[in-house]
Amino acid sequence: MKFTKFLAAAVMTGVMASPVFAATELTVYTAVEAEDLKKYAERFNEDHPDININWVRDSTGIVTAKLLAEKENPQADVIWGLAATSLLLMKSEDMLEPYAPAGLDGLDSKFRDKSEPPTWTGMDAWVAAICVNTVEAEANNLPMPASWQDLTNPVYKGHIAMPNPNSSGTGFLDVSSWLQIFGEDDGWAFMDGLHQNIHHYTHSGSKPCKQAASGEVAIGVSFAFRGAKSKADGAPLEIIIPSEGIGWDMEATAIVKGTDNMEAAKTLVDWSITDKANMMYNEGYAVIGKQALAKPVEHFPSNIPESMIDNDFEWAANNRKRILAEWQKRYDSKSEPKS
Amino acid sequence: MLVFMGVIACYLVVALALPLYAILSKSFKNNDGEFVGLANYLEYFNTPSLTYSIQNSLTISIITTLISVTIAFTLAYGLSRSCMRLKGLFKIIALVPILVPSLLPGIALVYLFGRQGLIKELLFGHDIYGPIGIVISEVFFTLPHALIIIMTALSIADARLYEAAQSLNAGKVKTFFTVTLPGARYGLISAGFVVFTLTITDFGAPKVIGGDFNVLATDIYKQVIGQQNFEMGAVVSLILLLPAGVAFTVDRIMQRKQVALLSARAVAYEPKPSTSFDWIMFSWATIVSIFILTILGTCQYAALIKFYPYDLTLSLKNYQFDLMDGGGWESFYNSLELACWTAVIGTVLVFLGAYMVEKGKGFHLGRSLFQFLAMLPMAVPGLVLGLAYIFFFNSPNNPLNFLYHTMAILVISTVTHFYTVAHLTAVTALKQMDPEFESVASSLKTPFYRTFTRITVPVCLPAILDISIYLFVNAMTTVSAVVFLYGPHTSLASVAVLNMDDAGDIAPAAAMGMMIFYTNASVRILHGLLSRGVLRKTQSWRSR
Repeated sequence: MKFTKFLAAAVMTGVMASPVFAATELTVYTAVEAEDLKKYAERFNEDHPDININWVRDSTGIVTAKLLAEKENPQADVIWGLAATSLLLMKSEDMLEPYAPAGLDGLDSKFRDKSEPPTWTGMDAWVAAICVNTVEAEANNLPMPASWQDLTNPVYKGHIAMPNPNSSGTGFLDVSSWLQIFGEDDGWAFMDGLHQNIHHYTHSGSKPCKQAASGEVAIGVSFAFRGAKSKADGAPLEIIIPSEGIGWDMEATAIVKGTDNMEAAKTLVDWSITDKANMMYNEGYAVIGKQALAKPVEHFPSNIPESMIDNDFEWAANNRKRILAEWQKRYDSKSEPKS
Repeated sequence: MLVFMGVIACYLVVALALPLYAILSKSFKNNDGEFVGLANYLEYFNTPSLTYSIQNSLTISIITTLISVTIAFTLAYGLSRSCMRLKGLFKIIALVPILVPSLLPGIALVYLFGRQGLIKELLFGHDIYGPIGIVISEVFFTLPHALIIIMTALSIADARLYEAAQSLNAGKVKTFFTVTLPGARYGLISAGFVVFTLTITDFGAPKVIGGDFNVLATDIYKQVIGQQNFEMGAVVSLILLLPAGVAFTVDRIMQRKQVALLSARAVAYEPKPSTSFDWIMFSWATIVSIFILTILGTCQYAALIKFYPYDLTLSLKNYQFDLMDGGGWESFYNSLELACWTAVIGTVLVFLGAYMVEKGKGFHLGRSLFQFLAMLPMAVPGLVLGLAYIFFFNSPNNPLNFLYHTMAILVISTVTHFYTVAHLTAVTALKQMDPEFESVASSLKTPFYRTFTRITVPVCLPAILDISIYLFVNAMTTVSAVVFLYGPHTSLASVAVLNMDDAGDIAPAAAMGMMIFYTNASVRILHGLLSRGVLRKTQSWRSR
């Protein structure tokens, strides 16, 4: 008797665990760091084992390009973990399904689309930061920068890398925030000065910090999350939050219009703003959608929340084309012989 | 037979002609799909930072061509005209770069000449990120291609010409310029065009080591991936198509002018030992080999170091691909799958196609049209093909839409991308077969498929094996076409190298690149053993 019971239980768990059990397959596009994806899916499956997540992971620029390329024939069901600026772009192309997830009221008002019902909800904020390699800084006699303006100091000539805003979401975040912090004219003037010191522009937003971590450059303009990770890996890094304030963007979640799996998609989006999900984001990110739950994160500077500027995402999204064209005109031929 | 030919022609139309038409029409449309004429082109030519790239691309390609062809020629000269030792080994080493993705030399150069580079002093303060890095990488990448062509050109030399030169009292230098060089000129020109085309269309090296030196290939990527500006991507693609197309066309015309150098009465040239000359050539071959091995060795070293340059302990940490961008170990197995499918399907398709063109009777116009389609992929850069596939296959009106994001579309694009060289190999092998076989067979009322399976395939087996290994190796290393096409379950190892490098995970990128190298090297060795066995079995008729 006992044995049959055990057998029944074993069969049950077997059935439960096996994906054959009427699992819904959700195709989820994301730009979340590759090393976190497994964790995200596992935590979600603890509560919803019947939904199977198929990740499509790439950098922000590539995922955005993919989504836009597939506009006529969307392949994704849900977007979980893509820059809010990218989602705003998709919203303007009418590619997102408006949906108010359960528990929306608990979310910080900054962390949601302003439309009613919202087309996207935020998860966590990723913030700009300066990664300084202390070993290289010492070897080259470089002072520690404390502000963005410091970076235009000629001592840093040839020691700074930053992401190209034309290919990197972080790069655009930097540029659009400088224009908001300093105003248009002074913002471009600041970038003119910074440009003199840039060694190279990278395609991806995390690369400048990783290059700073390995000493390829002394200073990388990147984002705090990446710096904290590299520091945890043992890189001689200092993460600087510049005194003028820092640009930031959200990782956000949205349902793609026309999905065949609406129920499962809604379940995932509901889950993505639960306390449990927020605490999971908090393992890597200091600022999350439900900031009341947030605990300090190791290697993260503590003054991040108050340093975040009042970022106008709509303005940034609406002026994106113009800003990128201007940036390209001014700086995108760095290696050209200067006349 | 006509049916077969129709099927393969249809394949080339669907996999090549229609996508190219899609990209062409895209370049005349705006974001909303309305026809705007030349507006995109006007915008392009009024954006200096974009048009600079044309000049950059041309400069890089011309410099690379000069260097690569010079090295290849001198090396090939040593290999075929001297009596130096270790010729076999030098030749194997020189052909190694074919087995690695073009991203790999760039990664090695970062470790060698970057800020923390092992031998950065050798650059005398110059910056490796930029034209210098691109040219070194491209020379590494194109050298074997140039070497193969020039070796072939130098190997057919008529000893009687050299004897004549000697009896006319011509010096060594004079003989070189009046006999050797003219004899190899078509090979040199052809090698030059191949290197030029490979360089101007390559995307891997400028992406990894180019810094802010923009070239056309990286511009396409930036327009599409960075700015989601597909129309401008299409415009740059078509501009990139031009120089590649011109180089290709000129090369074909030159080839047609070539007349047989080796007449039936020719005597094969045998190099005579000469201590000083052999030593010079030996040293030169050693230097070239060290260059190639250093690049590979650096990558393997970097892959095994825990945290360069601050923690130099050995570790396998960089092989934890599942924790990095790019798709993890799955991408490696996907690449293997892609390479196998490409090798099998591609070989069948290419060989059948070549057979129809070469041995088919009648239907002349169709056959020349087919021949044209088969030559076309050579002139189409991979990035352009990849972008064209997005436009064509992901259109909801396309009944083939279901292929999008599958392994099948990767196989189709890869077979198409590498069709031409495979096709030429097959045609060359088939040309060697006397048409009498077909005549006899048809007079005996033997159906063509029986002649095909009983005679043609066995006789051409060496060429068939060569085609399959060519397709396999290239499917493992290619980035350009597939970078726009891989899907959730079809990430690829070569693209993983690109993405890991892009994210700054350069050591894991090197590790994955070396995995590709080891795979290709093993398959190559296996192919060598297999060919030897097969040759003994099927080619014994060649010897008496």
